[in-house]
Amino acid sequence: MPEVAQKVSIQVRVNSKLHSREIEPRLLLVEFIREDLELTGTHVGCDTTYCGACTVLMNGAAVKSCTVFAVQADAAEITTVEGLERDGELHPIQKAFGDCYGLQCGYCTPGLMLSALQLLKDNSSPTQKEIRKAIAGNTCRCTGYQNILKAIETAAAKMRSASHGD
Amino acid sequence: MYPQSFTYHRASSLKDAAALLSQLGESAKLLAGGQSLIPLMKFRFANPAHLVDLNFVQGISYIQLKNDALHFGALARHAEIEKSPAVAKIPVLRDCAAGIADVQVRNRGTIGGSLAEADPSGDWATVLLTLSCEVRCVGVTRERSLKLSEFLKDAYTTALATDELVSEIVVKVPRENSGGAYIAFKRAAPVYPTASAAVQLSLEGDRCTEVAIALGCVGLMSIRVPEAEAALRGRQLTPKLIESAADASRAAADPQSDMRGSVDYKRQLVGALVKRATEAALQRARGQQVEVSHIYA
Repeated sequence: MPEVAQKVSIQVRVNSKLHSREIEPRLLLVEFIREDLELTGTHVGCDTTYCGACTVLMNGAAVKSCTVFAVQADAAEITTVEGLERDGELHPIQKAFGDCYGLQCGYCTPGLMLSALQLLKDNSSPTQKEIRKAIAGNTCRCTGYQNILKAIETAAAKMRSASHGD
Repeated sequence: MYPQSFTYHRASSLKDAAALLSQLGESAKLLAGGQSLIPLMKFRFANPAHLVDLNFVQGISYIQLKNDALHFGALARHAEIEKSPAVAKIPVLRDCAAGIADVQVRNRGTIGGSLAEADPSGDWATVLLTLSCEVRCVGVTRERSLKLSEFLKDAYTTALATDELVSEIVVKVPRENSGGAYIAFKRAAPVYPTASAAVQLSLEGDRCTEVAIALGCVGLMSIRVPEAEAALRGRQLTPKLIESAADASRAAADPQSDMRGSVDYKRQLVGALVKRATEAALQRARGQQVEVSHIYA
């Protein structure tokens, strides 16, 4: 173990805002987001790469932020749940989770919404099977998932009609 | 959970990474996708004093078809392999990439990291042992290419020297009228399989001329099953013959009893997986498009 912990400087764009920080290399991305940037919408669930509560997008790809060091996010673009709304308007995925009762305790919800976002960016009309596969890394212990599937289908339909301008 | 403190080094090239490993010695570890290493460090099962990060090295995540072989840069991520049009040439590779853990882990995890870790529950070794696969390694002063079976030495042990790392994985495209399939049984997406089976075979007419069968998670390493292969080689594949290959696989399996299942359970399971994978491989060898996916409890 080094006697004096090394510090490294990183620049990370989180929800379009650039942050420069000096950090210890062992700092996990999820702790950087929650403790340093005080964006507490990203949750720590199992802390063992299982539950997906800490899911964020890193350069557009969903990652478990408990399993990435913050130093690896240097020069990256991160999206957390706080980055979903626009000018006070909830994102269609957020709206659909509310409208479809796609949550109960809500602890897993931010992670699920980010996984849904990655899915819908690449695939605007996913099948149920594709949705299940896309959220297989997000554990919910309340809902039984049915309303989450409904929420993602509803969000997909909303986003399709919005992109068609109707 | 925090890992023990370490000093972070950002490699600028593979050679630079090898030089850093040579200089830092046994107390250094390479960081590729990190999906196994970071959890191990958080549990403090791994406590490297130095981490050499490969993620900022440019141009080492390619997937290219060259001279009848697929070439994977060490940092090609499972998700990129899953989506690569070039990989459609060898469908069993897609079965493997698309079934590893979950979206988030596939977005980070790499084929090179997976092979270099040599976890007996990892998916890639089992699949690649049924194909003609070479692992290219780079050190400070040398480069070499090893057959995968020579590269893998034991559980969590490879032929890599302290100052050496994987640079590329080369997989030969099987000849016409060949097919392969990989099926794992899993309790949930993010966990390792309880057992898995990979089958690769070639046909001449109705006769199976070449076959390779490998089992995962039922031994200290992925294992080839020559007895099961012998049951099929040179024959026209009937359900009865496929059943005898499954029986030979059950006999060859050497599983351990753990939270995923008892020894007997895993033996039964791996036989059933060999049967299903052989049937799917046979259909693919006949030119049929077959969707193969893992089985979830």
